[in-house]
Amino acid sequence: MSTLNPAADASAHAHDVHGHHEIGFVSKYIFSTDHKMIGIQFLFTTLLMLIVGGSLALGVRFQLAWPWRAMPVVSQVAELAGGPTFVAEGGQISPEFYTMLFTMHASVMIFLVIIPILAGAFGNFLIPLMIGADDMAFPVLNMLSYWFMWPAIVCFGLSFTVGGLNAAPAQGWTSYPVLSAIVDSAPGAGDAQTWWLMGLTFVGVSSMMGSVNYMTTIINMRAPGMTLFRMPLTIWSMFITAILQAFALPVLTAAGFMLLTERTLGFNFFVPGGLIVNNGDPTVGGGQPLLWQHLFWFYSHPAVYIMLLPAMGMVSDMLACVVRKPIFGYKPMVYSMAAIAGLGFIVWGHHMFTSGMNPALGMTFMISTMMIALPSAVKVFNWIGTIWGGKVTFNTVTLNCVAFVSMFIVGGLSGIFMAAVPVDIYFHDTYFIVAHFHYVLFGATLFGCFGAIQFWFPKMWGRMMSERLGRLHFFLTFIGFNGTFFPMHLLGIAGFPRRYADPYIHPYMEHLMPMNQFITICAVIMGVAQFLLIGNFVLSIFYGKKAGRNPWNANGLEWTAPSPPGHGNFDILPVVYRGPYEYSSPLVDGRDYLMQTERLNPAAEAVDNPADDATTDPGSDS
Amino acid sequence: MNKFWPIFFMFWPILAIVSFVIAPGMDWWFPGPAMSPLGEQIDNLFYLILVIVAVTFVGTHVALGYVLWRGVDNKDQKAWFSHGSHNLEILWSIAPAGILMFISLYQLDVWMEFRVKTHFPEGTTPVAEVTARQFEWRIRYPAPGKKLMTTPQSDDLYTVNDLHVPFGRPVSIRLRSMDVQHAFFLPELRVKQDAVPGAVIPVWFEASKPGEYDLTCAELCGWGHYKMRGRVFAENESGFEQYLETLQAEQNFDGVTQPEHTGAQIAEYGIEDSQ
Repeated sequence: MSTLNPAADASAHAHDVHGHHEIGFVSKYIFSTDHKMIGIQFLFTTLLMLIVGGSLALGVRFQLAWPWRAMPVVSQVAELAGGPTFVAEGGQISPEFYTMLFTMHASVMIFLVIIPILAGAFGNFLIPLMIGADDMAFPVLNMLSYWFMWPAIVCFGLSFTVGGLNAAPAQGWTSYPVLSAIVDSAPGAGDAQTWWLMGLTFVGVSSMMGSVNYMTTIINMRAPGMTLFRMPLTIWSMFITAILQAFALPVLTAAGFMLLTERTLGFNFFVPGGLIVNNGDPTVGGGQPLLWQHLFWFYSHPAVYIMLLPAMGMVSDMLACVVRKPIFGYKPMVYSMAAIAGLGFIVWGHHMFTSGMNPALGMTFMISTMMIALPSAVKVFNWIGTIWGGKVTFNTVTLNCVAFVSMFIVGGLSGIFMAAVPVDIYFHDTYFIVAHFHYVLFGATLFGCFGAIQFWFPKMWGRMMSERLGRLHFFLTFIGFNGTFFPMHLLGIAGFPRRYADPYIHPYMEHLMPMNQFITICAVIMGVAQFLLIGNFVLSIFYGKKAGRNPWNANGLEWTAPSPPGHGNFDILPVVYRGPYEYSSPLVDGRDYLMQTERLNPAAEAVDNPADDATTDPGSDS
Repeated sequence: MNKFWPIFFMFWPILAIVSFVIAPGMDWWFPGPAMSPLGEQIDNLFYLILVIVAVTFVGTHVALGYVLWRGVDNKDQKAWFSHGSHNLEILWSIAPAGILMFISLYQLDVWMEFRVKTHFPEGTTPVAEVTARQFEWRIRYPAPGKKLMTTPQSDDLYTVNDLHVPFGRPVSIRLRSMDVQHAFFLPELRVKQDAVPGAVIPVWFEASKPGEYDLTCAELCGWGHYKMRGRVFAENESGFEQYLETLQAEQNFDGVTQPEHTGAQIAEYGIEDSQ
């Protein structure tokens, strides 16, 4: 039930609300075409994958802190279950297994957690609600975009098992050829790598379906009066992300297929001639390994913004609400997101400063990379400006949003070291990089997501999440997070390289083992704290305090719908009269919010309000 | 109690600054001072950025702490109704743009010196070809007194993992890979360059002091990535020559004939040369 003209269709729509009461279990909860259910499905799946990815990370951390020791708990369990690999190796993490652990940690976290939790879970749930549409433009495509996640999960899962744990994909999530192209190059470069590439393709298909849908929905299905510059920043960020995704993703998919054909059909895109890998026959060649790096990063750098922009948008919305103030500099916020997205296409080379590409490219990529720090800085200043003069109450949402800003500052500033090419000569592929991107992807994005879960939970289930558990979860996660990732900056300065199963065989790193043990302990605290989130989430679905339509006294359209909204979302079709950030407006007395749908003074607002033309031609405004 | 969270959020930046201040004393810092002139320049650029970043970090966090602190205290009925300030936006767009532009332009010279062949220091001589391979470094030197040729010569000298170079002058290596991608990383000298299959990349460096430096691999090259350990020995000119001669003698030894005593052996065992 979607239409380009929601206003004209409003009466027909009311019937649908009744007509859909008899939906069966399967089409309501499994093969649902309702954007809210799909969003919730994405959220459950990504939280599940968060546990998987986190466990893999703890394996990595254990090896770095206590190399070659039997893993506690895991080795006992494996022994009971009769897992042959672990028993044979006395519960140790072998170097092959170690490379697989970090490869799959990154793959799972990036492709199955962060991208789908932002675009899939929150994008699906929020876009129609916030723009006043009854559903996505293409509900079936939307359902498929969720269900194409599962082949990806299955492929990634199979890649663990086809060769045993010691022969799972282990070329890093970046999968640089020649390592990933030649079967003999590593134990995990066989079938496991092929399955991994197919998983990647499925994730890509899923994201692509999502982004086409988001763009169409945002362009065509906004409620009457919802001009582009009255859209919440969440919607702007989802819109820009969808565009980024749609333009960058085909490149990765193409590169993935090229690598697949190289591996299975004997093509030569990436492998040059005359290589002798693992004492095998010389390669036939003709390829160029840097081609993969260019293609891969042409997607994967914009992907960093795909993994960040939606969180920026959601934090902007939440922050304005919790400090009861309009967002500071709404348009600069929009333009800076657009600038980040635009510049995001011309900075991929900063991942390749030491790769041996033409040094002149290093210079141009340095300048464009430095310039992308500018819109990021503008956003930070605007967030601080938003809090400035606000009324701050520290609930879980505020805590996570402030943590987002604070951690994003750290992650952004540490990026400057790497953007500077000469300094990057030293820092490239050290733990400084690891610290940097965890500050951005975990410190910023995941804290933003934790806040967003707490904030929009009442809209999903009609109940509030526990404040007490939420704060405790935040407190432990924040301490564990900083304890884990801040010392990694120092490790990086000490020249500690990434992806080493046992760095301590190198004398200059021997003394860093205690610091790694400290990091691992903090990582365990952080990991355990996530059970508070899961517990809080599940318990609150059943036992949370009942929430009304608008528990946060927020302005957005989603808060005019019932909690949880029924099929078709709105019982009264929303008409929009103003932007979403009119908190503490002097126009109303006795309350500090003014919803987007409230009509205060028809005579005054009619003059410049496109909403009043809505009945005649709603699609063509803006 | 309502001040707990602003204090909490300010505690971490302070801890971050403190940990950076004490880090060098705790040996959580660079693996020794830079042992090459280029490395010193890189370190200086690092410290320059560190200062700029530290000032920005403190500034933004003081601002964040201040607005949070005031926000908790805010007893007004309503928050400040403001949609932003055009002048502030201009100011905080232009100021960082200038600083970032300065940082990037200031870096260019060092980068050119490191990577652009025409800007290599004068007199940079190629000493060896280093071929990375899972999981070792194969090194090819020219015979003593000869020049390194691009194609292997019959009298070239070969060794594994130990790269000897003269110190005090810029030398270059031809970096290659025999199988997958590797990276040639000398942490003490602040040198890093990927070894790309199918390409030969010249890498120059200058060890300012004699000594033994670590050589590690910095690009994932397979399960044994971590153990791809080599060493770079920086020696004086005569030591380097002597090393090559020893290597040549070892390589030419047919297992039967008494090898000619080399200079190194004379020094080590005190054997007189019979001729």
